[in-house]
Amino acid sequence: MAAVESARPQAAKLRWGELEEDDAGDLDFLLPPRVVEGPDENGIKKTTEYRFDEDGNKVKVTTTTRVRKLGKARVSKKAKERRNWAKFGDAVHEDVGSRLTMVSTEEILLERPRAPGTKEEPSVSEGLGPVQPGAVLMVCRTCGKKGDHWTSKCPYKDLAQPPETFVERPSTADAASAAPGGAGRSAYVPPSMRGGGERTGTEMSRRRNDENSVRVTNLSEDTREPDLLELFRTFGPVSRVYVAIDQKTGMSRGFGFVNFVHREDAERAINKLNGYGYDNLILRVEWATPRPN
Amino acid sequence: MRPILMKGHERPLTFLKYNREGDLLLSCAKDHTPTVWFADDGQRLGTYRGHNGAVWCCDVSHDSTRLVTGSADQSVKLWDVQTGTQLYSFNFNSPARSVDFSVGDKLVVITTDPFMGNPSTIQVKRIAEDPADQTSDSVLTIKGPQGRINRAVWGPLNKTIISAGEDSIIRIWDSETGQLLKESDKESGHQKTISSLCMFTDKSHFLTGSADKSAKLWDTRSLTLLKTYQMDRPVNAVAISPLLDHVVIGGGQEAVNVTMTDRRAGKFEAKFYHKILQDEIGGVKGHFGPINALAFNPDGRSFSSGGEDGYVRLHHFDPDYFSIRM
Repeated sequence: MAAVESARPQAAKLRWGELEEDDAGDLDFLLPPRVVEGPDENGIKKTTEYRFDEDGNKVKVTTTTRVRKLGKARVSKKAKERRNWAKFGDAVHEDVGSRLTMVSTEEILLERPRAPGTKEEPSVSEGLGPVQPGAVLMVCRTCGKKGDHWTSKCPYKDLAQPPETFVERPSTADAASAAPGGAGRSAYVPPSMRGGGERTGTEMSRRRNDENSVRVTNLSEDTREPDLLELFRTFGPVSRVYVAIDQKTGMSRGFGFVNFVHREDAERAINKLNGYGYDNLILRVEWATPRPN
Repeated sequence: MRPILMKGHERPLTFLKYNREGDLLLSCAKDHTPTVWFADDGQRLGTYRGHNGAVWCCDVSHDSTRLVTGSADQSVKLWDVQTGTQLYSFNFNSPARSVDFSVGDKLVVITTDPFMGNPSTIQVKRIAEDPADQTSDSVLTIKGPQGRINRAVWGPLNKTIISAGEDSIIRIWDSETGQLLKESDKESGHQKTISSLCMFTDKSHFLTGSADKSAKLWDTRSLTLLKTYQMDRPVNAVAISPLLDHVVIGGGQEAVNVTMTDRRAGKFEAKFYHKILQDEIGGVKGHFGPINALAFNPDGRSFSSGGEDGYVRLHHFDPDYFSIRM
């Protein structure tokens, strides 16, 4: 006769049936246990704790941390002791949230030396064609062709910017060619009358665009329009960018203008990018015209 | 790598030094307050309050208990590293520029600037075990070199003192008699003021950086020029890696000179060179001003740079740094 004995574990938990009515409230002193969802593949660890705050309310605290292994260090015993030294001097009142020490948001690499003038674009590998090993990578900004000539030696120097760099630009040469058919290029057509752009709304919209104009100063020498466009387009559609270039040296004079379509985007761009470190200089971004209010 | 940015100083950095075990980093700046940080995560441990002028240099003892700092307020102060209390202050007639503990931490070599008619001097002071016994007597005083002596360090076994400064000549002195033993060759040596000097861990060779846009590697015993590393900007700081055959050189121009036509002025990077091949390995950008201080962690796995912008940037190398092939 096999007596199947299921071991009934002597649970120490309170059986609610035995509790009296009044005691039910006592369970409130018990807090749910801490739950730790361990580091996932991104190293994100979530800890959910419960505690009582000063008014006696039950509070759930969820802490999300990213655990990143910096590396192993063999630490001597003395060094370990030093880790526990008390802070002194100006550091005495430091709390954990002090912003003195920050991990850089940018990933900085030990950049191997390149021949001067080559651009470190990630898209360089596309359309490279047969390049001899060891040949210097020449990139031309005007026609975008790589491996052939520098920008100043571009045979297509006087072409307008490649069309894909701009979203809307009613006054480019491309648009000019769509002039009212039959004009035969001999008659001058003012930009506002050229096809491909809004007719009646053009001047008004452009004027409003000038009110959404943002001036950017302290640009580095080799910043150009495409760089500014890439930087500012995240805030919204950009109608025009301009970088002041010294014709003699070809370097940027350090400032430029960005015209947004929407004013709010311009405002957000100003707030976010003023003081932003770009190419090792700290940008100054502000309204171009005296603050229109 | 993701450098850790530490903005504890309001003014430009002047010097960085790791302790022997590489867990503490000391930074000196023009803001009168040397600071100690943890070298792994960059957290600030404390500051040493007491100086009234720019702090030019510091050194920490072998057991990381004593700190000596040299300052433009004409004093060299001895501190307790752990608590930040000032133990002693050596006073001089002119700003103190460079300090260096001897092997064994019993002596310290101090240089003072030429000031108000006083020539620049190199002085050796004894450090007592017990701060209460500390006296101000100089064991040795050397006068002589023209111009400011930017750096003076102990040679191997404390037998010699090596000094370098504004007159661009490196001199080796006997540390007991004060006699001049050797001078670097004028032709092959630096042509402009030597701003920085870094000894290799075993003191067999050392690296000097100069405003003549080059850094030179010298043999300690014979003072022969071993290598030259060419930069495109005046050199303010140099460091030798204790682990690999690399040297790192940092420089840049003062803000006053930024209007010069150099195209790449403004991109402040610490440049890595192969120590033996003299080729450039690469550069680490990021500082918004000239780099004034560089130091390698004694384990060679991280380094830190201090700039004119007041930031200390602490870099832990990526694994692929250790497998760089030239």
